[in-house]
Amino acid sequence: MSANVNGVVTEEWTDQDYEVEMGNGWKELGLNFVQNKMAVIGGVIIILVIATALFAPFIAPYDPYKVNLKLQFQEPSAQFLLGTDMYGRDVLSRIIYGSRISLLIGLVPTLISMVIGAIIGMIAGYYRGKIDFILMSISDMVLSFPSLLLAMVVMYTLGASLINIFIALSVIGWAQTSRVVRAQTMSLKNKEFVEASRAIGVRDIVIMFRHILPNCISQLIVLFTLNIPSSILSEASLSFLGIGAQPPASSWGLMVSNGKEYLFNAPWVTISPGIAILIVVLAFNFFGDGLRDVLDPHLKH
Amino acid sequence: MVDTIQPLLEIKHLKTQFFTSKGIVPGADDVSLTIDKGKIVGVVGESGCGKSVTALSIMQLISEPGKIVGGEILFDGRDLLKSSKQQMYTIRGNEISMIFQEPMTSLNPVYPVGKQVAETLLIHNSHLSKEAAKKAVINMFELVGIPDAKRRFQVYPHQLSGGLRQRIMIAMALICKPKLLIADEPTTALDVTIEAQILQLLKDLQEEIDTSIMIITHNLGVVAEVCDDVYVMYAGKVVEHSDVFELFDHPKHPYTKGLLKSMPRSDVDEQRRKLYSIKGMVPNMLRPPQGCRFHPRCSEAMDICKKTEPTVVTINEQHCVSCWKYNER
Amino acid sequence: MKRYILKKLIVSVPVIIGVALITFLLLNVVPGDPITLMMKEHINPDVVKRVSAEMHLNDPAYFRFIHFLWNALRGDFGISYKLNRPVSELLLEAFPNTLALAVAAAVVSWIIGIPAGILSAIKRYSFLDNFFMGFSLLGVSMPVFWTGLLFQYIFSLKLGFFPISGFDGPEYLIMPAIVLGWSSAGTIARLTRSNLLDVMRNDYIRTARSKGIKELKVVTNHALKNSLLPVVTVMALQVSGLLSGAVITESIFGIPGIGRVAVDAIQNRDMPLLQGSVILTTILVVVGNLVADILYSYLDPRIKYNKKEA
Repeated sequence: MSANVNGVVTEEWTDQDYEVEMGNGWKELGLNFVQNKMAVIGGVIIILVIATALFAPFIAPYDPYKVNLKLQFQEPSAQFLLGTDMYGRDVLSRIIYGSRISLLIGLVPTLISMVIGAIIGMIAGYYRGKIDFILMSISDMVLSFPSLLLAMVVMYTLGASLINIFIALSVIGWAQTSRVVRAQTMSLKNKEFVEASRAIGVRDIVIMFRHILPNCISQLIVLFTLNIPSSILSEASLSFLGIGAQPPASSWGLMVSNGKEYLFNAPWVTISPGIAILIVVLAFNFFGDGLRDVLDPHLKH
Repeated sequence: MVDTIQPLLEIKHLKTQFFTSKGIVPGADDVSLTIDKGKIVGVVGESGCGKSVTALSIMQLISEPGKIVGGEILFDGRDLLKSSKQQMYTIRGNEISMIFQEPMTSLNPVYPVGKQVAETLLIHNSHLSKEAAKKAVINMFELVGIPDAKRRFQVYPHQLSGGLRQRIMIAMALICKPKLLIADEPTTALDVTIEAQILQLLKDLQEEIDTSIMIITHNLGVVAEVCDDVYVMYAGKVVEHSDVFELFDHPKHPYTKGLLKSMPRSDVDEQRRKLYSIKGMVPNMLRPPQGCRFHPRCSEAMDICKKTEPTVVTINEQHCVSCWKYNER
Repeated sequence: MKRYILKKLIVSVPVIIGVALITFLLLNVVPGDPITLMMKEHINPDVVKRVSAEMHLNDPAYFRFIHFLWNALRGDFGISYKLNRPVSELLLEAFPNTLALAVAAAVVSWIIGIPAGILSAIKRYSFLDNFFMGFSLLGVSMPVFWTGLLFQYIFSLKLGFFPISGFDGPEYLIMPAIVLGWSSAGTIARLTRSNLLDVMRNDYIRTARSKGIKELKVVTNHALKNSLLPVVTVMALQVSGLLSGAVITESIFGIPGIGRVAVDAIQNRDMPLLQGSVILTTILVVVGNLVADILYSYLDPRIKYNKKEA
């Protein structure tokens, strides 16, 4: 009884397209540009920090560990750009060396927890059933812990050292990744190309690594970049509480902690390493936000 | 006789464009359209031909990056495009109201439907008490054929079927007894039996409340059933305008003919008649074809169609068409 | 609705038990003899033996866990090695302080975060938007301990607005609450903004506009409630973040809360106290999630009345 011309249309240019178009309009484009500009700035800062960490001995004006009590609490000056601390050590040099720990902490545990999370997520999402239930229950429990407290418990058990920070941060970091990968795996599992591989007898493990993992990569990269700053902040917090890096290591968190008793006489000892943390964390956040917009617009929050 | 009929809405040379990142998309391009008092006017065309853009332009609800760049919209003697924001607030929902294609998503999921309908009434009648508004809403629910209206006042949208939700939308649109109701694909999302009911309802209400209706649809069946006048739009332009009988009996524009041919009919044996379809597809509006925008799909295209835009040709008092075939030159 | 809540309640029990188990396992594989620590130089083999038996230190781990769980259920988390007082007593003393700090911080984060998010969304791409979003990103990126010290330096030492540390009345709570709240305010503002922008694209917003509702009222009456629903979920996640942050804030501002207890417990290698404080905090997180779930289901009619009419 009713006719419609939809049969006529092969490619619809619907009114909704105008709405979509709206979303990508002038201003959106402008924002993308700004955001990408921020992402670019973030990227440049990250590269500079990496270079600083790699070439610390050449860049640092002084030996970061050399104690010289005669030069205690020198105010920032041309000689000591950021002043000296309670042992007369050059704060700038210590910050430069500190970038090594922060970057290492940002990258290594995040990478480890990503790998663990991806494998667990794939297994849970691929096999479902009991194993999925068990793995996801554990991930639920891990997610229930306030992350810093869980890290503190791990540090208590293992003792304070750099390696143990790696372990502690990996233990708390995998759960979120496993959730994302699991969801992705479940939706990919029923796609034709996966079913086809299964039909011709490709082994599960091959399917997982060859077909499913590559499809999670963009989300994983975004997650990776956005998890780096939280790792850096966690290490700084642990070190600040005295259960992270141990003296005389020049970890930024530890430097803030050591300086805090002299905050009122020598604020530079405390404030400058904090600014270093802030800059690096902001850079990674900018970079990650930009990357997310490009790679994975759906992973919004 | 003809002279005494007052046009309620007169759109003259409306131009609405979308300034997208890829370029300017002409949503409505030089659209002129008249709706007389007490009439039901259909606007027909494929998706994206500018029907909804025209409707939203009347309401001035074109959102970024769309913009009305020219023309006049005379409603009851006033130019809406020159009206202030405040004036538009008192017109929308009160004098002109609108119902939308998707009854599923057009109601706010977190409020009871009765409250949403009453809201319209209360904004435009600030002296009204809540109880009086509720009473009026329940009356309107009964009028639009919602059974068990009193209880339905408290119900949330997700608890209702699509047909009932569209009735709610109609109740909401008509609660202030507007002079003009714009129905944007009101039945597209509904199944066929419900569609017939809703169309009948609109027709009945049009007489009862004495409102004019502009129905936007891609479905000529809907037009045949309820409309007095029809505008056929293609690629942002009005290509043919006529009263409904004339259009179905003597279509002029090749596009209108195609639409009519592609409509399944009950009087011809379905088995023997293959459904006709217009070849090609709606042009990309970022780069609309030169000349007549329909020429790439037109089986009767001539050389001039590819170069120059056709002008409006008056066939008779009720019938105009934009096509070179009817131009004596 | 009731069934929904009940279901959520039942699901959270195994999570709490699992959390207790993880904590227990992590802490009880630790090398080192707690009794030696307790006794220090007055060590005496006989006493060690007796106390070991009292503390069930010689029993197998699974037995000790069940024992621990049973006692914990009755509110007994053991005796602090260092302070020689019941853990539950110590936690009970600390708990109200942490609660006060966390609630104050949460309120700060909502007061800042939600309006900032809304204004940013309404005035998208404006100076205000950029300002608020920059402010939010700063909040997310600043290490809490450093912000705390900076605040102490500026507002206590230089300007003398607030007491520098300690816990002796509501004015002692203002600075820690702002420091802690700021970091979650950033998350909340960003989320509120993106949700509101999403909601404003919905069909029912167009409907609301077509009814003649003024733009501001469209936002407040039709968009806000829908866009704040997911923010409720974040408030639950916030509990976890706030309690993590509380550990640091408490130690900077000298607030005798659970976070301080946990940090001291680590420094003193006081296992029962650490165990108790971690489990209690985690239960708080689980309860927070539960409350958010219930709140969400109460606010969202799609869950509240999930029966469809015939």
